[in-house]
Amino acid sequence: MTKVKTQSLQKKGSDLAQSNRQLEILSNGIFQNGELPTFKAKISETSQFPLKAKKLEILQINVGYMCNQVCEHCHVDAGPDRKEIMTRDTMRQCLEVIKNSGAHTLDLTGGAPEMNPDFRWFVEEAAKVGIKDFIVRSNLTIIRANKKYYDLPEFFKKHNVHVVSSMPHWTRGKTDKQRGDGVFDKSIKALQELNAVGYGMPDSNSRLDLVYNPSGAFLPGDQMSMEKDFKKALMEDFGIQFHNLFAITNLPIARFLDYLIASENYEDYMYQLVDAYNPAAVKNVMCTNTLSISWDGYLFDCDFNQMLELPVNSKAKHISEFNEELLEGRNIVISQHCYGCTAGAGSSCQGVVA
Amino acid sequence: MSKTYYDPADLRKFSKITEWSEELGNKFFEYYGKVFEDGALTAREKSLIALAVAHTEQCPYCIDAYTKDGLQRGVTKNEMMEAIHVGAAIKSGATLVHGVQMMNKVNKLDG
Repeated sequence: MTKVKTQSLQKKGSDLAQSNRQLEILSNGIFQNGELPTFKAKISETSQFPLKAKKLEILQINVGYMCNQVCEHCHVDAGPDRKEIMTRDTMRQCLEVIKNSGAHTLDLTGGAPEMNPDFRWFVEEAAKVGIKDFIVRSNLTIIRANKKYYDLPEFFKKHNVHVVSSMPHWTRGKTDKQRGDGVFDKSIKALQELNAVGYGMPDSNSRLDLVYNPSGAFLPGDQMSMEKDFKKALMEDFGIQFHNLFAITNLPIARFLDYLIASENYEDYMYQLVDAYNPAAVKNVMCTNTLSISWDGYLFDCDFNQMLELPVNSKAKHISEFNEELLEGRNIVISQHCYGCTAGAGSSCQGVVA
Repeated sequence: MSKTYYDPADLRKFSKITEWSEELGNKFFEYYGKVFEDGALTAREKSLIALAVAHTEQCPYCIDAYTKDGLQRGVTKNEMMEAIHVGAAIKSGATLVHGVQMMNKVNKLDG
């Protein structure tokens, strides 16, 4: 039985809090001795190396690593002890980019993005730009964490925010094992409150999608079947409705990598990822149409590369140097964690891709 | 040579059986894949049947494979254990129902 963590790897001074240590693990062992092909070798088999960025469609902004939860699988290594928070100045720079870029989707993530003291200001300003799809990734429990967050459902609705929330399972046991004691009950309450203001209702424009990621060292099942099971169970047990379920594969970095190694599942998990490699998923992998911006304004191909401190391969490395033309066509920076996005039907922040 | 009969890593090599008999191996895997598709029964229901049979057959590879398959499909621990009890009940029932044969024989020989 794996113990629920209460501190980030960084706070604990763990070796794995260092991104270079994680990258070392991902490059050594079974990938160094040739037992498994590297991601570069694998995508080269179908002439898909180098992976190149296409037209920018999604701007994903990480407004800080602070979170009220310490989930077992967190690729951000987020938690209450993380102090990295985006400032209003950096947010202003982001707003300029949002206004001028061709991206149709803005995706705010964290940590718990709501914990950034300038979160509401940023949402209000960004909503004025009129971007087509404005996503906030909410962990749900934040809505019930403190009185000051109780009105978030109304706030989201007022600004036409598309809420995307994590829900690892429709049962208490599996959810709390991954996300901490009491998370399930709070999440259910938060979902009911979102439903109460119209989120997730069948004909509602207030979009509420759930994210499912496995609670252990296995890959997600078929997204449509899982969505059916989630909808049936949440409706029958709690009268909860939502729009879509995104099935997301856990990538072997940060706390999930720590868990894989500690539970002696690392090699088996990498085998699973490589065995499930799907070249069709490579074509639509999210890094090809997404740009990830860190709390301090640096640019990355995805949120995972941000956590591994692998910056974009471009002259424009910071939001202050943003140049859409320069960034389009850049070579995507890859390592073995990328197998997580190409397994089975593929995986992205918006669910399957193939 | 391995000192144990079962090696968990051998499960990954299952597909290699085609190397020594390609046609039969391919036909088997084609059939196997078809069996587990959604049909009159859902793939999830089939996965639970497979888990129960894996136990009655006491196949360690199958137990590993269908435990993981169940987890991937969101099957809970309770559902898995109930499925195994179904297998166990049939196994024990199959033993006990032969008791009637014993009773018949006793009655014939010594009744």
